[in-house]
Amino acid sequence: MTEQATGAHHPQPRARSAAQQPITEQVTGAQSLIRSLEEVGADTVFGIPGGAILPAYDPMFDSQRVRHILVRHEQGAGHAATGYAQATGKVGVCMATSGPGATNLVTPIADAHLDSVPIVAITGQVASKSIGTDAFQEADIVGITMPITKHNFLVTDAADIPRTIAEAFHIASTGRPGPVLVDIAKDALQARTTFSWPPVSDLPGYRPVTKPHAKQIREAARMLTQARRPVLYVGGGVLKARATEELRILAELTGAPVATTLMALGAFPDTHRQHVGMPGMHGSVSAVTALQKADLLVALGARFDDRVTGKTDTFAPYAKIVHADIDPAEIGKIRAADVPIVGDAREVLADLIVAVQAEHEAGRRGDYADWWRQIDSWRETYPLGYDLPEDGSLSPQQVIERIGQLAPKDTVFAAGVGQHQMWASQYIRYDKPYTWLNSGGAGTMGYAVPAAMGAKAGKPDTTVWAIDGDGCFQMTNQELVTCALNGIPIKVGIINNGALGMVRQWQTLFYNERYSNTVLHSGPGGDGKPALNGTRTPDFVKLAEAMGCVGLRCEDPADLDAVIEKANAINDRPVVVDFICHEDAMVWPMVAAGTSNDEVMAARGVRPDFGDMDD
Amino acid sequence: MSKHTLSVLVENKPGVLARITALFSRRGFNIDSLAVGTTEHPDISRITIVVNVVDELPLEQVTKQLNKLVNVLKIVELEPSSAVQRELVLVKVRADNETRSQITEIVSLFRAKTVDVSPEAVTIEATGGAEKLEALLRMLEPFGVKELVQSGTIAIGRGARSITDRSLRALDRSA
Repeated sequence: MTEQATGAHHPQPRARSAAQQPITEQVTGAQSLIRSLEEVGADTVFGIPGGAILPAYDPMFDSQRVRHILVRHEQGAGHAATGYAQATGKVGVCMATSGPGATNLVTPIADAHLDSVPIVAITGQVASKSIGTDAFQEADIVGITMPITKHNFLVTDAADIPRTIAEAFHIASTGRPGPVLVDIAKDALQARTTFSWPPVSDLPGYRPVTKPHAKQIREAARMLTQARRPVLYVGGGVLKARATEELRILAELTGAPVATTLMALGAFPDTHRQHVGMPGMHGSVSAVTALQKADLLVALGARFDDRVTGKTDTFAPYAKIVHADIDPAEIGKIRAADVPIVGDAREVLADLIVAVQAEHEAGRRGDYADWWRQIDSWRETYPLGYDLPEDGSLSPQQVIERIGQLAPKDTVFAAGVGQHQMWASQYIRYDKPYTWLNSGGAGTMGYAVPAAMGAKAGKPDTTVWAIDGDGCFQMTNQELVTCALNGIPIKVGIINNGALGMVRQWQTLFYNERYSNTVLHSGPGGDGKPALNGTRTPDFVKLAEAMGCVGLRCEDPADLDAVIEKANAINDRPVVVDFICHEDAMVWPMVAAGTSNDEVMAARGVRPDFGDMDD
Repeated sequence: MSKHTLSVLVENKPGVLARITALFSRRGFNIDSLAVGTTEHPDISRITIVVNVVDELPLEQVTKQLNKLVNVLKIVELEPSSAVQRELVLVKVRADNETRSQITEIVSLFRAKTVDVSPEAVTIEATGGAEKLEALLRMLEPFGVKELVQSGTIAIGRGARSITDRSLRALDRSA
């Protein structure tokens, strides 16, 4: 039962054993590694070879079942593995050599750790006899990644390779998912060994709890029917558990409002009447306020992140808390839970549905009519919105909104980090799960292009749009070469405002408009005048063309739809569209860092009137 | 501030101690005392950690984080009232013909042992709880402590129950 709940959609080495004869082959460690990847169901590996991992690339060359995609930077491999995992639900795999190859994976591993993404990173290590001697390209990557992986392994004996790979995939994909690193010494890859599959797992200390306690479920259901102002506070765990259908059923059964965090967009349809928006620093007024005024929060796979809660001691002051999470350490970490529930979100929701039905049958049903009247008034008075620039330049919000509206059905969107990310979360409608990829916890600039590449590699028939900023794009755009050469035709919309926009916004609001080091298109030696449109450095259209992509530019709102349609029509190559946008656009609403969510500003200088100013 | 003694059963594998101590430091805990050793089962090591905490909540948090480490089998907090706690101290004290007998008297009062004697010093071995050893050291201080080495606290629950039983069964199942 528990195995099935978290493991059903993930490759399970043990599940195969029932149907298949055990395999035993005489091979090298490197062959054993590739055979293990094949058996565990890894179909795509993003990586770059180098000295210590080189033995693995020889059998990789011959594998019919594992496709290796040669990236341009290991960071790209890591984010691609994350994008692949987020879009497909399978474990993403990246590979690098020892030393700098491995350390270049550190950022994407930390990123996957904070967003609980199942990836397995395989790194070569110097020969076991050289470990600890400061050998060429030696880095203690197991030590380095210890705090940012769910678990990691150092393999020095070829015989341990199949078991370690199976365990790595199992740990990455079950319980609370996360990154696992397997570091393999070069001599272990070169040694002769026996490959046998399935291997016997040896994880006596790893037993994730997935089945929630019935008593707590009943208590949660009772509180839901008794509450007058409940909110289902939905986090990324609901997507990880593939529990979106159960969420919809519970929401409709109870009639309670649903708020989906940045990590959970698409877990509940944006267009559903009960969806009140995204909470948090740049969430909608209705969602932020609903959480603040609620008398009950049912947190499902959410972790009370500071970007959601604002100042924690003033967050949701009237609310009792039901907190369901697969990770016991999340419960009570930030906010004490009145009803703690440890379990897989899918099982929790399934059990909650039954328990709420029982409450209804006993004649107990929540009455949220007054609550909905309040929420509706916030929705009507403070909808998301933006003003078009007066000078006739492109509005970044409008660009993103139109990309969303003109995109083919089921398009997957990947965003970088910053203003464009927030606008992409606000102005694109996510009605289906797994259509929104972003770096939520780590806030990793440069995530979008490689993550979009990974998503497209995993779902080649789906349109993938990367919504990127000009700052982010300059961190990882070289992966467009990988896309061009490997038939991965992603689309990239650069929201080019010539600035590190989100940092600039903070400078506008909190640093007296002193734009220290946020202007991207002029250096300190320049004359200080803004560069002319179309002559920015770099020229993204030329850059795109140089990388084997189609490069387009849009500067006039009148051309916007035509340019997006043109980009949508190109499916044989990656497309980059340079949208030259107004630099002063800001992300609203906003809860300034370190302040209470009660201080949410709908727009600059506009604090919503909740009729409770003396509250 | 209150002291807490955690007994952590872990897989006897390389790097496990580093995982545990790193977790404490990155979650902002100072370890007061640490002792690591083998158990009756060769595949299991036992780590006894004493921490001083201001408030119980973060200790619960660090215990939960510890439990998530794949190599950690079990964590038990041992209450002082229901556990035996011991430390070992080796202390080298200045001694001459005048003071030696006074020192050996203190040694016997504390049921400690003299393990080495030289014309200028004696070395004393003592075990016990932290308070007893502090008292012993206070008594020895006037003679002149030349060198002192102290082990971390180890602790075991009173009564017939064993905290390793269930973990052993888990190990057997996975083997």
